[in-house]
Amino acid sequence: MDLLNTIIQGVLLGGYYALIACGLSFMLGVMGVINLAHGSLAILSAYLIFTLADRFELNPFLGLVVVVPVMALVGAALQRGVLERSARGGLLVPVLSTYGVSIVVDNLMFEAFGADTRSLAPFLDDLAYDSWSLTDEISVGKLAAYTLGVAILTLGGLQLFLSRTAMGRAIRATALDPDTAGLIGINPRRVNAVAAALAGATVAIAGAFLAMRATFSPYAGSMQLIFAFEATVIGGAGSLWGTLAGGIVLGVAQSLGATLNPQGFFIAGHAAFLAVLFGRLIDGNSRAKLSLLWRRSPAA
Amino acid sequence: MSLLAVEAVEARHGLLQAVRQVSFTIAEGETVALVGANGAGKTTLLRTLAGAHRAAAGRVRFRGEDITARPSHERAAMGVALVPEGRKLFATMTVEENLNLARSAGRAGRWNLDTVLEAFPNLKARLHAKAGSLSGGEQQATAICRALMTNPEVIFLDEVSLGLSPLVVDRVYAQLAVLKASGVAMILVEQDLGRAMASATRTLCMLEGRIVIDAPTASLTREDITRAYFGLDRAESRGH
Amino acid sequence: MTMQSQARVTRWTRESKFALGACVLLLAALAFAPLFAPANAIDKLTTLFIYVILAVSWNALVGYGGLVSIGQQAFFGLGAYATIRLSDAGLNVYASLFVGAGLVAVFAAPLSYLMLRLKAAEFAIGMWVVAELAHLLVNLDTLVQGETGTSLIALNAYATEWRRALTYSFALVAMTLVLAAVFALLRSPTGAAIQAIRDNEEAAAAVGVRVASAKRLVFVIAAAGAALAGALWVATAVTFQPKTYFSPQWTAYMIFMALVGGLGSFEGAVLGALVFFAIEAAFGAFGVWYLVGLGAIALVFALSFPRGLWGFVTERTSLHLLPTGYFLDMKARDADR
Repeated sequence: MDLLNTIIQGVLLGGYYALIACGLSFMLGVMGVINLAHGSLAILSAYLIFTLADRFELNPFLGLVVVVPVMALVGAALQRGVLERSARGGLLVPVLSTYGVSIVVDNLMFEAFGADTRSLAPFLDDLAYDSWSLTDEISVGKLAAYTLGVAILTLGGLQLFLSRTAMGRAIRATALDPDTAGLIGINPRRVNAVAAALAGATVAIAGAFLAMRATFSPYAGSMQLIFAFEATVIGGAGSLWGTLAGGIVLGVAQSLGATLNPQGFFIAGHAAFLAVLFGRLIDGNSRAKLSLLWRRSPAA
Repeated sequence: MSLLAVEAVEARHGLLQAVRQVSFTIAEGETVALVGANGAGKTTLLRTLAGAHRAAAGRVRFRGEDITARPSHERAAMGVALVPEGRKLFATMTVEENLNLARSAGRAGRWNLDTVLEAFPNLKARLHAKAGSLSGGEQQATAICRALMTNPEVIFLDEVSLGLSPLVVDRVYAQLAVLKASGVAMILVEQDLGRAMASATRTLCMLEGRIVIDAPTASLTREDITRAYFGLDRAESRGH
Repeated sequence: MTMQSQARVTRWTRESKFALGACVLLLAALAFAPLFAPANAIDKLTTLFIYVILAVSWNALVGYGGLVSIGQQAFFGLGAYATIRLSDAGLNVYASLFVGAGLVAVFAAPLSYLMLRLKAAEFAIGMWVVAELAHLLVNLDTLVQGETGTSLIALNAYATEWRRALTYSFALVAMTLVLAAVFALLRSPTGAAIQAIRDNEEAAAAVGVRVASAKRLVFVIAAAGAALAGALWVATAVTFQPKTYFSPQWTAYMIFMALVGGLGSFEGAVLGALVFFAIEAAFGAFGVWYLVGLGAIALVFALSFPRGLWGFVTERTSLHLLPTGYFLDMKARDADR
């Protein structure tokens, strides 16, 4: 029962990871861009919503509605100002430039908001602590469940957008071949800005739910970036539903690890990430070796 | 005023001069064959005219308007389309998606999904197949249709017969005849001299980046073109 | 009518021979610095040497090898940790520095087999995850006591002036070794191989370059350099708190130095370390704004001046002080006419 409870908590945690990973997976898988400022932007969203709640007593969910378009604009600005110019040089320049952005954003947040850890939980009445009791030993946090639900909606919505709308198809086409996309009338710069704006919107949502379920501080972005990246890679970059699976695997691994040791939470997560990465490599190798064997026998 | 005017256009790949001082005009509805050896600069020229490659010098005018600085998507919106060498379909997307994407050019006209499929009925069955899984002929048809869906006034076709069997090429050219009849101007890059000369009223020949022949097809013999194609005239004048 | 040209292929220019001589003299002079320079200057120079080691190692991996890693702090921290452990086990503290770095290099070798199989983006962040994992595992060591950390107690055996001079001298030796090793590597066939791989891996493999082993060599050398830097850092700082040594901050510094100095150029890495050192000395006190400035400068250089300050110099003057490539000496041909 304890094990089942741990796994359930892990799945719910995975919902959050899928949410924070959504934007990163989208940018990486669809546009081939790695954005190291991703985590910092989630924290920035959290701070903006917090400020609206703290200073103007705006309910965090309403605050989120306000911050989503703001972060969408930030995403588009990042695309136009930094990512567009970085994309030509392979992986190196985007990594370096977005790393620079994350350093600037993190430290500006420290300067503006101070070192204290914050949370949105106090503004939610009891939502952060409410839960449903399934059995005597298993309870499901309401907020955690909502987070998982929002993650599924966001991922699903993004997937539908990409496959069913004209702009979504234009984004996919531009990611595949921007040169040819231009030839048939697609404006690559505008399309990429839209994609980046969408990613920014998802980052705002993720930042909000992070702040509601936990605490955050100016330099927390790095950790969120790592988790987002781990969930993305475990699930397979390029597949949005894979990101959901990846987030859940990460969440479950961490929850299981936490039962062994307080540090086990993080250790298990990182270990699971590396295990999946290398497992995939070995898989490919064995497949190659097997196919070699197959080819040899008929010829011999 | 001509539909498309090319004035002393130059284009480079790094330090390599691919297009040197090329000038010619295309009238409305005209079909022009562009021939030349591999590496003569034909693809670079077409890409420069379509806006996919930056012109290092010279001017390109479309209906009198200077479009030299315009990016490719703006030119597509004006009615300049390119069917690129190698088809360049979006392989993981379906035929229908590939075709519908061209509506991004935002041009109304006689070409829409229905009329395009009427002209190229071999695609009807493959509409929901991934473009990467199509045969060579089907891919070429899709690439042409995709460009058509932008309702262009002038269309550049870069080596449409590349890698296709003769029968399939016959069909592609039959379909191109439909295009011609609709009044679209065309520049046809073609390795097969016979087909090129049969389809076009005017022939341009490129050699090492320059235009060495620009004349009505009727006034040219195969011999004329072959000599220009291989630069034999020049070689003779050097005394080899 | 044909033209006879006797252009010579050479590896040195007149300026570079002069520069190498100057470098050797400088290093020799620096060796005597503890005798006459004030304590403050010795400490600062030691820090500078560590920065040079970091910059040159990271640049070899990323600038020359094209292997973008944002997790080199893994080796920095492990080098410091190995030093602590060895010293605690009874080995002389200064010997621990080099042996510790050596052990980390030995660990890096099998790690390279795993990590280098990853695709670019996965490798970059994968290395960061390795750093985080190393941090967590080191925390579990009871000697380290989690984030509280411990100290390099054995240093207390030395009087302060001696400790300062010894640390300085070993830092100087370490820096010289790293510079010499990387320079030799870059001028060797493997060095050419590495740059070929960076520019076009398939083409390099097609001409027979042994891609995997070349990459592994750079990986291990870069790891050794970072480990040496970490070991030396704990020798100067004395305290070891895992959070400081495994912090991504070190990667930020390495990125800054390489970008500003010039990615992919040997002289650039050294210049970058000097610039970083100067900026830190001048603005370090500004705390958070200093960091904002670092990030902003790195961003601007990444977007607009990827070849850095040294690239700026080379473009205008074609000056190569410590060249790792080949030149065509046309002057020899002209002189023959």
